Amino acid sequence: MQQDPGVLLNVENLTKTFEIHAGFMRQPLTLTAVDNVSFTVGRGETLGIVGESGCGKSTLGRCILQLIEPDDGKVVWLGKDLTALSKDEMRRTRQDLQIIFQDPLASLNPRMTVGEIIADPLKTLRPEMKAKQRMARVMEMMEAVGLLPEMINRYPHEFSGGQAQRIGIARALVTEPKLIVCDEPVSALDVSIQAQILNLLADLKEQFGLTLVFISHDLSVVRHVSDRIMVLYLGRIAELATSEELYTDPRHPYTRALLTAVPIADPKLARERTIEGLKGEIPSPINPPSGCYFRTRCPHAQERCAQVTPPLEHIEGGRYVSCIRWQEI
Amino acid sequence: MSDTVLDVKGLSVTFELHDREVRAVTDMNFSLKAGETLAVVGESGSGKSQAFLSIMGLLARNGRATGSAKLAGTELVGMNPRDLDEIRGRDIAMIFQDPMTSLNPYMRISEQMVEVLERHKRMKPAEALERARTMLETVRLPDAKRVIRAYPHELSGGQRQRVMIAMALLCEPKVLIADEPTTALDVTVQAQMLKLFEELTDTFDTALVMITHDLGVVAGLADQMMVMYAGRAVEKGNVDELFYSPRHPYTLGLLHSTPRVENKRGRLDPVAGLPPNLTHLPPGCAFNPRCAFKTDQCVKERPALIPRTDGRVTACFHDDAVKEKEKVA
Repeated sequence: MQQDPGVLLNVENLTKTFEIHAGFMRQPLTLTAVDNVSFTVGRGETLGIVGESGCGKSTLGRCILQLIEPDDGKVVWLGKDLTALSKDEMRRTRQDLQIIFQDPLASLNPRMTVGEIIADPLKTLRPEMKAKQRMARVMEMMEAVGLLPEMINRYPHEFSGGQAQRIGIARALVTEPKLIVCDEPVSALDVSIQAQILNLLADLKEQFGLTLVFISHDLSVVRHVSDRIMVLYLGRIAELATSEELYTDPRHPYTRALLTAVPIADPKLARERTIEGLKGEIPSPINPPSGCYFRTRCPHAQERCAQVTPPLEHIEGGRYVSCIRWQEI
Repeated sequence: MSDTVLDVKGLSVTFELHDREVRAVTDMNFSLKAGETLAVVGESGSGKSQAFLSIMGLLARNGRATGSAKLAGTELVGMNPRDLDEIRGRDIAMIFQDPMTSLNPYMRISEQMVEVLERHKRMKPAEALERARTMLETVRLPDAKRVIRAYPHELSGGQRQRVMIAMALLCEPKVLIADEPTTALDVTVQAQMLKLFEELTDTFDTALVMITHDLGVVAGLADQMMVMYAGRAVEKGNVDELFYSPRHPYTLGLLHSTPRVENKRGRLDPVAGLPPNLTHLPPGCAFNPRCAFKTDQCVKERPALIPRTDGRVTACFHDDAVKEKEKVA
């Protein structure tokens, strides 16, 4: 498989559905969490994925790592389709692809010490490594994320949320991954700690030459960290653009609505601004509207929006938008 | 407009633990006028929620409040539970982050709302039901007819939060306390709720206390702002003053820690270190271990909350230095 050398990850037509049991003797319902999503991630970039609850952003992140098996589509990592790999091959590849979770404490085994937690991926993925080497590597990682060496024998409950997230980051880094999926890594943290972790991620990215997929519902945080941003709505891509383009000149009506809804931490700007309130809430992903999923809340919706599913159109440079009216509005 | 509805003086909250006492709130003072919005800002453990739970008489059994909190002249601290039941829900109401935990899962929305009016306003059931329905419409709940017959689990997060607000407003309370009311909501729904709060303070002249960690929410909504750290207010004043010219290093730190949706990315300048442990507060100013402006004086004595010329109060010896740094930034 030929691929642009600048591209690390190539996701093609990825789809993931879940069956929902509606009750005894009833037909199970189908929930489409990720609906025919395609994108690439370039070496060294940070791709932000934003969207509201139920938009499929976490499912997508887990599908990339094959933690959830997609129904359809390919996840091509450095030319290899991960969905076609054997278990053994996937295990070897897993060193390259790691994840950081939202709830730092819940994602750490309470019965393991910090040292054991960080060493665990090495034991599984690099069984040939000597204990002494492993220890040295753990210490190195702890230092990189700002944990003191004497903390190595402590247990997760002795740590605050911010420190626990540092442990989670050290665990993700220990196998020298090329790409890390960060799934809402700072959402559970207080503002000052959130800023510390965001700076840490930026430093580590630079230091280890990482590529990040940064999943978040917080548009301020995503703008802060991302080079390019993908906006999801009910499992479909609404818009994909560079961070600068997306925030200064959003093209999809949903992106526009999201941006005007974000609270601005500046009293004068906040007062001047009129919020184009979106009506209603996100429809249920079990029973989405026909045509464009966003049309039920869209201020520009017309009859034809209910009839056709808008394709993800390439509009210029690296910009994509899925709205049949993007040129008019 | 100028009548003070809530007047809090020297309010402190302590919790009895098995071997020691912990002070969650120390010497809180503020007054709130009808139609005014006060934002109370701070990170987890700063005492912002406990202070208001104590005013509502909702502290955990091992908690104790001292000092004074007068609601339109009536002392709430130390009031006996039976009198408090009369006032709560009628003159002062509180809503929480997770509406599901505040609604009774076994009762239809109509029953829960009617109960409030029968209890506090001695209304007949038919009259109460009519009033409940009107209130659901006031909080812009589309489909109020269906919602009123529903059980809480049949509603979405945004709908439940609107029901909570409608319920809190049924008796047109003088004061509404909202504890992180939009934190669990999606950003487009959050925008709708914030707009609703703004309309409500205008329409009913309700005084609103908004407890939040989100400076974006504060900027768009509040008139006054109180920043709390380790159980004490460290700075208090009008929102514009505190946002555009913070004088306490912690206020400055919070502002610099917040990623901005309206600006290009740059490095954040977070508050260093970790939030304090309330059982082992450092001597002098509780913020001193994390403060960039710290001197010997800060370790020896605790700065008092002193009124400044522009009407704000700040608890810092080095507010002039903060002013200088703020100018540079």
